[in-house]
Amino acid sequence: MDERLITAAIVVFGVPAALVGYILATERLILALPERRQVRIRPWFWIAPALAFLIVFLIYPTINTLVLSFMDKASKSFVGLENYAWFFGDSGTLEALRNSVLWVVFMTAGVVALGLLVAILVDRVRYEPLAKTAIFIPLAISFVAAAIIWKFMYEFRPPGVEQTGTINAVVGLAGLGPVDWIRERSFLTDNFALIFIGIWMWTGFAMVILSAGLKSISTELLEAARVDGANEWQVFRGIILPLLTPTIFVVGTTIVITALKSFDIVWVLTNGAFGTDVIARKMVFEMFTVQHFGHASAVAIVLLVAIIPFMAVNIRRFREQEAIR
Amino acid sequence: MTARTEPIPSTAVAVRREARPRLGRFFLHAIVIGLMLVWLVPTVGLFINSFRPASDVASTGWWTSLLPPWDFTLANYEHVLNQNNLGDAFINSLFITIPSTVIPVMVAAFAGYAFAWMQFPYKNAIFVAIVGLLVIPLQSTLIPVLKLLAGAGISGEFLAVWLAHTGYGLPFAIYLLRNYMGGLPREVFESASIDGAGPATSFFRLALPMSVPVVASLAIFQFLFVWNDLLVSLIYIGPTRSENLPMTVVVANLVSSLGGETHFLTAAAFLTMALPLAVFLALQRYFVRGITGGAVKG
Repeated sequence: MDERLITAAIVVFGVPAALVGYILATERLILALPERRQVRIRPWFWIAPALAFLIVFLIYPTINTLVLSFMDKASKSFVGLENYAWFFGDSGTLEALRNSVLWVVFMTAGVVALGLLVAILVDRVRYEPLAKTAIFIPLAISFVAAAIIWKFMYEFRPPGVEQTGTINAVVGLAGLGPVDWIRERSFLTDNFALIFIGIWMWTGFAMVILSAGLKSISTELLEAARVDGANEWQVFRGIILPLLTPTIFVVGTTIVITALKSFDIVWVLTNGAFGTDVIARKMVFEMFTVQHFGHASAVAIVLLVAIIPFMAVNIRRFREQEAIR
Repeated sequence: MTARTEPIPSTAVAVRREARPRLGRFFLHAIVIGLMLVWLVPTVGLFINSFRPASDVASTGWWTSLLPPWDFTLANYEHVLNQNNLGDAFINSLFITIPSTVIPVMVAAFAGYAFAWMQFPYKNAIFVAIVGLLVIPLQSTLIPVLKLLAGAGISGEFLAVWLAHTGYGLPFAIYLLRNYMGGLPREVFESASIDGAGPATSFFRLALPMSVPVVASLAIFQFLFVWNDLLVSLIYIGPTRSENLPMTVVVANLVSSLGGETHFLTAAAFLTMALPLAVFLALQRYFVRGITGGAVKG
């Protein structure tokens, strides 16, 4: 404990000091060079630490994973497309792929729709900051904590016994249920129960960005439309929605990527059972539990390929922003 | 995003409110308050359950304990802190999170400044590549990075996760800092340069102090991301060095290992949430700015 505290202190104060020292020392070295070469060489020293980390932890590993996806279980010999044949021929992985598509479609639609609804509604009440904080809180907690929170929400007791889960108790008030939400073995209930946790966590994210976009629409424009007799729905369809479309797009791509990458909820609540597996969890499972690095790499590459179109969209949007900068 | 801080004149608000029919206002409040409840109740329910005796948690819903007789206890917290080593895991989470926040912010600040204010070949190409790296799934890096860390003899150590989190956090950190620093007024740097200040002086005396708001947003972001992370610690610390595991991994393991004693999970989950919730509620403004700054350019 004491030893770790010392290590931590060295890291927290030592690493920044070392980094500052690095810049000051290289600056000394650079000043010894002729002035023309100073300007050419300096930037590389400034970005070198960042580039080193990016290459070691992101670029090299991603390329290496691609190579490993053509190798066998222990990454010893080349097996061609065998791991991909396994991926597209195995009922378990195909089920995970289907569920990931469900996550992408419904989590994105749910988060964007609810985020937009909340952003528009809270704009009209005086307790807006309070309402926003309430919706936003789940974003600050971990997927693990959220999974446990909802484990208790979805708690199931057999019919006739007092329900301890909030949802089954509410459903019971209406004379329905009880439903074993995440273990029903009907892929719709199980998957949607899990996807809703994702929606609950990320709606605050969409709300914050859409709300900022909404407030940048001029109030004169909206008032003018209202004075001209437009009702609220026409104002929304005719002005708010078109002006917010680029922002909705930004939020949507972020949620799509989040939905594809998130494995924690499924890992904690069902561990892929009851027809709820997703490819992000499948990858970790194949690597960590089965220890088949060929399969795991192939799943990772499928995940990466699914994300690449959104990467391209991000880059194009960035270029457009730079053009108007 | 400058318009949002401008207050709407109070007369305009009054006109707006008057114009809306009373029934519409009723539904508006009903929907907003309903949504707030749906979003808060799960967390509140867990919080209340965490103070209830095991027998109560197993037999009745959390709402029944709102009425007297009140029977609350700290037994669940005592159990998870003493029996499941959550106290140690909390310290581990701090040990993992603080360096994993400090290092990437520093490294990204140098790079962000270089991308914003220095000229060098392939600058734009490299920055576009960083924008691309923003969305790389961690899954596509896990196996090679684990092999690298194991080869260096540090898998299982805190150092392994510090380095990995630095690498994973950098694309967003560089992106945010470069955009913010690039928006600082050019004249400030030009006049400093005329007065003989070198790039290091300009960075430490001007760019960094002027970027404090975005550095704060970034630090909170990275702090929450690392504190809430399950995957990186699960893989790079792993089961062999369980004494180094952070709370997320320990609590995720409890879900399967506790079996019937799930009431302890309530206290365990709340302990993992306590710090991020406190940080978030205290510094919400910076957190929101980080999100909006990262997604849409302000």
